[in-house]
Amino acid sequence: MTERLKPPPRKNPQKRTVSPTSPPAMRSRASLGISAAAAEGRFMLQVCGECHAVQYPARDACCKCLSVDLPWQDVDPAGQLLAETTIRTSTNLYFRERSPWRTGSVKLDAGPVIIAHVHGDVERGARVRLENKLDRSGQGVLLAMPEERSPDMEDDPQLRAMSSDPKLRRVLIADGRNSNAVALAQALAEAGTSMIFVGESESWRPNPNRSALEKVPGVEMMALDVTDTSSVRELAGEIGGKTDILINNARFVRPGGVLERGDTAFAHDEMEVNYLGLMRLAQAFGPGMCGRTADGVNSAVAWVNVISAYALVNASDYGCFSASNAAAFSLSQSLRAEFRASGLRLMNVFVGPTEDDWHQPLPPPKVMPKALARDVVKGLRDGLEDVYCGDVAKDLRERFMAGPKILEREMTGGGA
Amino acid sequence: MSVLDDLAVKIASGAVRMVDLTHTLDPDFPVIILPPEFGQCARFRMEEISAYDHRGPAWKWNNISMCEHTGTHFDAPSHWISGRDVPNGAVDEIAVERLVGPVVVIDCSEGASKDDDFELTPEVIEAWEAEHGTIPEDCWVLMRTDWSKRRGAEYLNMQDDGPHSPGPTPEAMRLLVEERNIRGFGTETVGTDAGQGMHYTPPYPAHYILHGAGKYGLQCLANLDLLPATGAVLIAPPLKIKNGTGSPLRVMAMVEEA
Repeated sequence: MTERLKPPPRKNPQKRTVSPTSPPAMRSRASLGISAAAAEGRFMLQVCGECHAVQYPARDACCKCLSVDLPWQDVDPAGQLLAETTIRTSTNLYFRERSPWRTGSVKLDAGPVIIAHVHGDVERGARVRLENKLDRSGQGVLLAMPEERSPDMEDDPQLRAMSSDPKLRRVLIADGRNSNAVALAQALAEAGTSMIFVGESESWRPNPNRSALEKVPGVEMMALDVTDTSSVRELAGEIGGKTDILINNARFVRPGGVLERGDTAFAHDEMEVNYLGLMRLAQAFGPGMCGRTADGVNSAVAWVNVISAYALVNASDYGCFSASNAAAFSLSQSLRAEFRASGLRLMNVFVGPTEDDWHQPLPPPKVMPKALARDVVKGLRDGLEDVYCGDVAKDLRERFMAGPKILEREMTGGGA
Repeated sequence: MSVLDDLAVKIASGAVRMVDLTHTLDPDFPVIILPPEFGQCARFRMEEISAYDHRGPAWKWNNISMCEHTGTHFDAPSHWISGRDVPNGAVDEIAVERLVGPVVVIDCSEGASKDDDFELTPEVIEAWEAEHGTIPEDCWVLMRTDWSKRRGAEYLNMQDDGPHSPGPTPEAMRLLVEERNIRGFGTETVGTDAGQGMHYTPPYPAHYILHGAGKYGLQCLANLDLLPATGAVLIAPPLKIKNGTGSPLRVMAMVEEA
């Protein structure tokens, strides 16, 4: 059984912080389908379009009929552990530092035999569920999990190496004025975080969330305004060395497209918060977090952005806001690449219209703060890169994958 | 000795005391808050261009941005709809001799310490005049409330029904503008009007009446407690912004020591 994680002792300031190392990242282009599926927490394999044979490992032609029509599909992750071994040494630095490491072969009910990492609670020959996880190099790897839940199973070292679990970690929520801040803080407290820093801009005006935030165990309010470089840098100077997860929930939203507005004032604010705010936070907190990704139980592990799903395709009623989120989305991809070497994970949580003042005239469904908070915590536990929160974001994403131009035409009116 | 030589000597010797009436331009200094669907006053922001580093090895400089009405600032007549057609109503059009002039200070600090919504009324002005003489024509009038000593949330004093801070009534503004013909009116609060000034008729009477008559405003002033009731000279030159409706500025006063 997995041993429950204990709160780590205070760090020995005389010891050098362990430098991050990465598991092997090389993949064929075909194999990147696994990573793309892992980014969303889906278990997908190639399935032959002609003979329906399930393929593993990824390839360019069907192992049965040589067809090149091999689309990625969700596959039943159930199987049985055939053989397992524990690796006690490795020429690879990453695994050498983390040995012993359990691996094995799993016979999937869907067909193929798969080499996988094996969770410590899986017994020999047991039925397992394969999960497709991103490892610290950002590539999809398969992890055999026990079929049934076991106590503290999320504390398994191999699983924790792949997840971004907030348990015993210290979190910064960037915007304590956002209507989702209280729900986020509560969900993180329930997930076992050890500290929750909550940024608050402009303490000279009332914050309706403040009293509720202060009631959440572990919350500490900190002065932070993502539009003010000096404020961001000051806070990073203060807590940058103990920020393990940063949740950038700061957003500025106003309705309106280009012609409706007639000026660039709100657009300026949208870019200042939604785009440059992300950049300021990243420049101030990013390097410190990247340097602490191998720092034990409470290592730096993830960066979370709450981004509008209209970053994928513009919603002209909120046209300028959508554009600022498209900019933030693009910037997050750059940041993800820049984080890659350190293993710091960047998770984007895409949301449709949220339940707040600025979406009040819109009909439901809207993303409730609790739903967002739940998906953020789940995404961290699952170690995801892309989370689509709520029906609107999920639907938008599906339609985007099916045909971006069709979706664009739908969004600009005239669709059925 | 010429007047200016004399002045220079007296400033150097301290016989004429220079008083800085300006708050520091700080990113976290409060600005006026309007209902969020309206455009908002930009806060003061500073972004480093270089600081003796790879971006510029021997020099340090910053880009700054703000609203015309951020921090200690000047309101020109064109700031308000009533002053939109006033000649020379923008900051760049105001003659420089208008930017230096006599100033009187009406001390309302005692009333404001007891009542956040303290009103400057004709009665208060007349009581002041009974002591200090009639307010001279073409002179700056500053309303001292010691509000500049407040920090944080106390400054805007925002409640569910809006901000609460002292200011003039419409009648007081009419007296100052129409009867005394002052040059301008200044306050320590975030605006020349009271926090609840929208509920007067006309709403925001200081803005409406001052600017409609081509007069100027100063707000977010500090150190008014260091000025005498009469006899000081105010120096308040806004930046020369083309068609500017106002400007952050360094406000100073010259006070002749007795």
